[in-house]
Amino acid sequence: HIFCSSKNPHEESMSEGERARLMEEVEEKKKLIANIRNKPWRMKRRLKHLKEAQLFVDKFEGALGKGKGRKLYAYKVMMMKKWIKFQRDFENFKTACIPWERKIKEVESHFGSSVASYFIFLRWMYGMNLVLFSLTFGLVVIPEVLMGLPYGSIPRKTVPREEQDTAMDYSVLTDFNGYCKYSVLFYGYYNNQRTIGFLKFRLPLSYLMVGIGTFGYSLMVVIRTMAKNADVGGGDGEDSEFTFAWKMFTSWDYLIGNAETADNKYASITTSFKESIVDEQENQKDENIHLRRFLRVLANFLITCTLGGSGYLIYFVVKRSQEFANRDDLGWYEKNELEIIMSLLGLVGPMLFETIAELEEYHPRIALKWQLGRIFALFLGNLYTFLLALFDEVNAKLEEEKDIKNASIWFMKEYFANFTANNPNETGTPPPIEPADVIRGPCWETTVGIEFVKLTISDIQVTYLTILIGDFLRALIVRFLNYCWCWDLEAGWPSYGEFDISGNVLGLVFNQGMIWMGSFYAPGLVGINVLRLLTSMYYQCWAVMACNVPHERVFKASKSNNFYMGLLLLILFLSLLPVVYTIMSLPPSFDCGPFSGKERMFDVIIETIELDLPSFLGTLFSYAANPGLIIPAILLMVLAIYYLNSVSEAYKNANNELKKKMQMARDEEKNRRNNKDSTNQVMKDLEDLLPNRSNLPPPEEKKDKPDERKPKVKPGAAGNAVNLQKDVSLASVNPNARGPVTQAPGPRAPGPGNSRGRGQGPPPRH
Amino acid sequence: MGATASKLPKDQLSEYQELTFLTKQEILLAHKRFNELLEREDRQQIGGSRVPMNKILTLPELKSNPFRRRICQVFSTSDLRDGSLSFEDFLDLLSAFSDSATLEIKSHYAFRIFDFDDDGTLDTGDLEKLVNCLTGEMDNTRLTSEEMKQLINNILEESDIDKDGTVNLSEFQHVISRSPDFVSSFKIVL
Repeated sequence: HIFCSSKNPHEESMSEGERARLMEEVEEKKKLIANIRNKPWRMKRRLKHLKEAQLFVDKFEGALGKGKGRKLYAYKVMMMKKWIKFQRDFENFKTACIPWERKIKEVESHFGSSVASYFIFLRWMYGMNLVLFSLTFGLVVIPEVLMGLPYGSIPRKTVPREEQDTAMDYSVLTDFNGYCKYSVLFYGYYNNQRTIGFLKFRLPLSYLMVGIGTFGYSLMVVIRTMAKNADVGGGDGEDSEFTFAWKMFTSWDYLIGNAETADNKYASITTSFKESIVDEQENQKDENIHLRRFLRVLANFLITCTLGGSGYLIYFVVKRSQEFANRDDLGWYEKNELEIIMSLLGLVGPMLFETIAELEEYHPRIALKWQLGRIFALFLGNLYTFLLALFDEVNAKLEEEKDIKNASIWFMKEYFANFTANNPNETGTPPPIEPADVIRGPCWETTVGIEFVKLTISDIQVTYLTILIGDFLRALIVRFLNYCWCWDLEAGWPSYGEFDISGNVLGLVFNQGMIWMGSFYAPGLVGINVLRLLTSMYYQCWAVMACNVPHERVFKASKSNNFYMGLLLLILFLSLLPVVYTIMSLPPSFDCGPFSGKERMFDVIIETIELDLPSFLGTLFSYAANPGLIIPAILLMVLAIYYLNSVSEAYKNANNELKKKMQMARDEEKNRRNNKDSTNQVMKDLEDLLPNRSNLPPPEEKKDKPDERKPKVKPGAAGNAVNLQKDVSLASVNPNARGPVTQAPGPRAPGPGNSRGRGQGPPPRH
Repeated sequence: MGATASKLPKDQLSEYQELTFLTKQEILLAHKRFNELLEREDRQQIGGSRVPMNKILTLPELKSNPFRRRICQVFSTSDLRDGSLSFEDFLDLLSAFSDSATLEIKSHYAFRIFDFDDDGTLDTGDLEKLVNCLTGEMDNTRLTSEEMKQLINNILEESDIDKDGTVNLSEFQHVISRSPDFVSSFKIVL
C-alpha cells in the first residue's frame, strides 16, 4: 500500500494524520531492513524485500522531508545513515583485530569446541591483562621513570653499599635481588613526593587509584562476561529434561573438519546412546547403598586429610624459609624450596584426588564437579596458608623497622657530628649522605612483591616443563620406541596424552588470582603475566597440535563456561581481601614506596581531598563517609536483593504454571480428537460423577486410527480441514466419545506448529 | 583477465552485509573459496553459476560432516533439486551457520536439515536416518533395531508434546532452545 498523495514537492498537501502514518510506515520498513537477516528466507526473497523496502524509504523520506522541520528531519536521516555505516565498519574492524583466529579454528577443527574453549578463555585473559598492564604502565611506571628522580639519587632507588659488588650476579638477579629489587618492578622504588614534574602529577594518589582500579575493572569485565554467558546458556535448566533429544539433535559438533576426530566423535556418540539406553532400562539397581555411603565418607575423609596435610606442609616450609633468610650458605634448593613445594603440590594433589575418587563411583559429570571443587579447595588452601605465613614475616619486619628507624636517625646524627668535627672551617650545611650508605629499612612491601613474582615465575616454569615432559617427551617415546617395544605403546599404556581442559583452566584462574594479589606490591608483575600469556598461547597451541590426541570420551561440561567465570569471580574477591586489608590497617614502610612517611596508605586520599579539591567537596565526602549514611545504604541494597530474588521466584513459578497449563490443554485436545478417555485425573473424576456415563467400551475404530492419523500433507489450511472432517465423522459414530466438560473447539489453531512450517513468519518465542 | 577470479562489486558487498550475519571479511573469504570451486570458465560471472554438490562436499569444513548432503540440499535453490549451490545459496549457508546467527535461524535450519523426507515434521523414519548418520558408516558402530526403537521411543516421549508421533517445528524449537550446547556446536566457519 503505497501512499499516492502529494507528488508535488511544493505543496504541503499532506495532513498531519497522513504524515504521521507515512512516518510510521517508513519506520516499519526501516525496521524490516534492519532485521531482514533474521528471516529464514532464501537470499532472492530477502533481496527483493530489501530492495522494495529501500525504495519505499528513499522515496518517502524525501516527501516527508518537506514542510515543517524538514531540514532537521533530513539532517537526522543523513546522520543516522552515516552512523549505521560507521557502526558496521567498526564491527568489521573489531573482528579483524581479534588475534589468533586461525590458530584457534585449527584447534577447533581437530579437537572440537571444548578444547578450543580453553584457548578462547586464554585469549580473553590475555585481553584483560593487556588492559591492566596498560593502566599500570601508563599511570604509574611511565610517570615515575620520566618525571621522577633518576636511579641513584635517593636511598630507596639505590643499591646499598653492602650489596653493590654482587648486584649484577646472575644468581642474585634470578632471586630478584640486586638491581632487580631496586627497580620499577617493585613497590620500593617509587618516591613519595606528592607531586612530580612540571605537570604536577600526583604519583602516590595515582598508585593507589590504579591498584583499586585494577580490581574494579576486572570485576566489571568478569561480571559482564558472566551475564553474556548466562543469556546464551538459558540459565540452569534441569539436566535430565531432554537428554535423549539433546543427544540426537545437538551432539554433533559442526566445527569438526578432520576425519579422525569425526570418527572419534561417531564412536563417542554411539557409546553415549547405548549407555543412556541401558541406563534408562536398568533404573539404578542399588546394590549396596550402605557400602557406597561408607566408601564415600571414607573418600571425603581421606581428601580432607590430604588438604590439611598440604596446608601444614606449606606452613612448615614458609617458616623454614624465614630461617633460611638469616643464613648465607644456601644451595639452589633451599632458596627456592617454597615455590618448588607449592608447585609440586599443585601437580600431585589433583592426581591423588582422582585416584581416591575412584572409591566414590559417581556419574562422570558429578565426579568432574567434585574433582574441580577439590582442586579448587587445594589451591585456595595453599594460597591462603602461604599468605598467612607471609603475614607473619611482614609483622616481623615491621618490628624490625622500629629498631632500624632509630638506628638510622642515630647514624645521621653521627655523620653530621663527624663532618663538623673533621672540617672545622666549613660553615653551612654539610653535604647529604651518599644514598648508598644510608641505613635502609626492611621494606616489607617489596619483600611481599618479590615473593609473588618468584611464585609466578616458578609456576610458569613448572607448567612449561610439565608440558614438555608430560606431553612432548611422552609423544616422542611412544612414537619412536613403538618400533622396538613388546606391546603397542600407542594403543595401550601410555599412548598419547589428552588435553586436560579443566586442569589448565584452573591453573590459569589461579595464576590470575596471584597476579591480582601481587600487582599492588610489584607493578611489573602484570607485564610479566602478559608475556607469559602470549608465549603460553603459541606454546600450548603447538603442543596440543603436535602431541595430543582428541578425547575419547567427548562429554561436555558445557555449562562450565559460567562455572569457570564464577571461579574467577570468587578468586577475584579472595585476592581483593588481603590487599584491602593491608591498605587499611598495616602501616607502610618509613623509607620506601609512594606512601612512606604516612600512617596508613589511604591517608593519601584524605590528603588529596584536603589539599587539592575545593573545600565543599571535602565536607561532602566527610558526610558520605558517615556510618549513619552508609549503614542505611547497605540495608537498602540488601532489601533490593531480596526483592529481586522474590520477583524472579515468582516468575519461575508462573512459568511452570503456564507450562503445565499448556500440557494439559494439549492433552485434552488430543484426547478429544482421538475420542479417548481423559488422562487428566481431575477431568476423569468429574466425568465419573456425571449421570449418563454408560459402560460402552471404546469402539474398535481405535485400531485404524494410527494409520489415518498422520496424513502426509503439506502444512496449510487444506490439511487441517481434512483432519477436522475426520473428527466430525468419527464423533457421529460414537455417541459416548465427548466428555461434556471439555472446551468448545472454537477458534483453536489447527494444530501446534503446523502453521509455521516453511518460514511463514517467526516462531512465537522471544 | 585470464585465470584471475572476478571481484565482488562494492554495492553487492554492502547488500550482502545487510542481508546476512557475515562480516565483510567473511563474505570476501567466502567469495574466494567459492571461486576456487567453480570451473575456470564460470569464474567471470560468479552471480549466475552453480557449483555441483560433489564439489561442495570437497570443502574441508563439510567433508567430515555426517549431514553434508542434507545441508547442500536444504540450502540449494536449484530447480533440479540436485543440491548444487549458487553463490547466494553459499552465503545463506554460511550466514545460518555463523557465530552471530540467532537461535531461531539456527533451529529453523537444523529442523530442515534433519527432516530427511522434507514433509515438515520429524517422524520415525527421519529420526532413524538421523541416528544412523550420527553413529557413522561402519557396521560395528550402528545400533541394533531394538536399541533404535527404544531410542526413538525415548526421544518422542521427551519432545513430542502433542503426542502425535512426530516432532514438528515448534516442539523442536522448544527442545533446542533449552539446550546449552546447540548454538555453540551448530557453527561452521571458513
